[in-house]
Amino acid sequence: MKITESEVRYVADLANLKLTDSEIARLAKDLDEILTHMDALNEMDTSGVEPMAQVLYQSEETATLRADEIIPPIGNEAALANAAVAGGGYYKVPKVIER
Amino acid sequence: MNVGTLTVEQVQAGLAARQFSAVELAKAALEFAQAENPKTNAYLHFCPERALAAAERVDKKLAAGEDAGALAGVPIAIKDVIITEGVRTTCGSRLLEKYIPPYNATAVKRLEQAGAVILGKTNCDEFAMGSSNENSAFGPVRNPAALDRVPGGSSGGSAAAVAQGTALAALGSDTGGSVRQPASFCGVVGVTPTYGRVSRYGLVAFASSLDHIGPFGRTVRDAALLLETMAGRDDCDSTSAFAPVPSYMAALDGKVAGLKIGLPREYFEGLASETGDRIQRGVELLKKLGCEVREISLPATKYAVPCYYIIATAEASSNLARYDGVRYTSRAAEDTLAGMYRATRGEGFGAECKRRIMLGTYVLSHGYYDAYYLKAQKVRALIAEDFHKAFSEVDAIVTPVAPSPAFKIGEKIDDPLEMYLSDIYTITGSLAGIPCMSVPCGKTSEGLPVGMQILTRHFDETGMFRLGEAFEKAGGLAGSN
Repeated sequence: MKITESEVRYVADLANLKLTDSEIARLAKDLDEILTHMDALNEMDTSGVEPMAQVLYQSEETATLRADEIIPPIGNEAALANAAVAGGGYYKVPKVIER
Repeated sequence: MNVGTLTVEQVQAGLAARQFSAVELAKAALEFAQAENPKTNAYLHFCPERALAAAERVDKKLAAGEDAGALAGVPIAIKDVIITEGVRTTCGSRLLEKYIPPYNATAVKRLEQAGAVILGKTNCDEFAMGSSNENSAFGPVRNPAALDRVPGGSSGGSAAAVAQGTALAALGSDTGGSVRQPASFCGVVGVTPTYGRVSRYGLVAFASSLDHIGPFGRTVRDAALLLETMAGRDDCDSTSAFAPVPSYMAALDGKVAGLKIGLPREYFEGLASETGDRIQRGVELLKKLGCEVREISLPATKYAVPCYYIIATAEASSNLARYDGVRYTSRAAEDTLAGMYRATRGEGFGAECKRRIMLGTYVLSHGYYDAYYLKAQKVRALIAEDFHKAFSEVDAIVTPVAPSPAFKIGEKIDDPLEMYLSDIYTITGSLAGIPCMSVPCGKTSEGLPVGMQILTRHFDETGMFRLGEAFEKAGGLAGSN
């Protein structure tokens, strides 16, 4: 067993996912199978290998930097147009501070 | 004019000879696509107003004697993970059912600036996660070549639309094979360019170090023209490359004699017999064109699937964190903030997205990071190194795209690991970030399309298109079964 149902519940909590009991059971089975398959990676000797954190090939030194110029933003109204709930120019969420 | 079989060249010729106007073509293409779409469910929604406005702009320019662009009047479809200002973009997810993006993806902007006419948005696996298009919240897509079979995924709708003739060309996105595999299943051309060749700005993020936008076409030339039009540096994507974009059209000269082609032995072991046979026959055709074929080895291939599914899910779990019921339209009714997050995500995501969020969160979690994520990044370096070495010996690598042709709808959906394993031949190129494409390579005895994959060095799209076009022109095993 690579992963138990209680570990699945713990991970679901980290991921902010509400799952049903049957989803938990199914995920425990699926993840166990997939993680077991992933053990194959341990066969490979990676000592001295640098992790590949950069994919962009032959990038120039300045590749990530553009000129620091002000570009007009899309604006408050457009940015909030897809909000689940908006008000007063802000996103609204359930109350988090009790008084 | 037969809108179902047009190529870009035919559109250009038709407009130049005043056989039809761009508006007439757009109307005919929309009418045809809307009438045919119920057969496959390839499109999720159409945008006729936007299409006609784009066509009118083309007609005005033509009337004024101005250059209307390389893609003037060409009717195309856009995968619904690529955002379109003012036109609903759902990512195949219930969570984004009502999402109207406030801006355009750079690729979309560049295609429209070149005169392309967007007909609508195509179906896909939810957030591009899947290999069969069965993970769409809006129903599966059917393969035009066999309606009881999947079109492949995740860009199944785009591939099916091009195969069905309801779009002349289309955009998809490819993270581990999501353009090439559906292209092979549906019998069209599908291209994944070098990582960074096309801006990802406006492509809804799945796995940022692996995501690519790529074109579909009925011919290599059409796909190459779309890529040429949208490629190049974009300040809105810091990972987009500065390297100049050469003319891919100029490279389609058929000069492939003497090219050295490698066949990696790891890709031909345990291959379904008919797929293997078609690829072998495709290789024979390349030999006839004067290519020198030799066997090579890419020894890290067998570790590609676990490597990919660690990196891709880790990145996905981070990227999908933004769907929390605050900014993106859907929210579950709960009294507390944490409860609202959890319920929105639990109710909104489909089974495959949940599986990948869970897997990704697990491999990044405390105590497992080194064993899974860091290990996978090192294996990724070795997979890339395999290709680097191979390309010191050969100019291109040729492989099958998928181990088998299109499977039946429902056949693999209950076995996620089996589904992941079928991505083996496309995942390696994605991990290395090199250009790769699927070109049609005959059909099986049941009439199911087979695709041949061509991979070349970083930024050598030119060599890939030259070889693909020469193969296509030589017949590409057209209709063979």
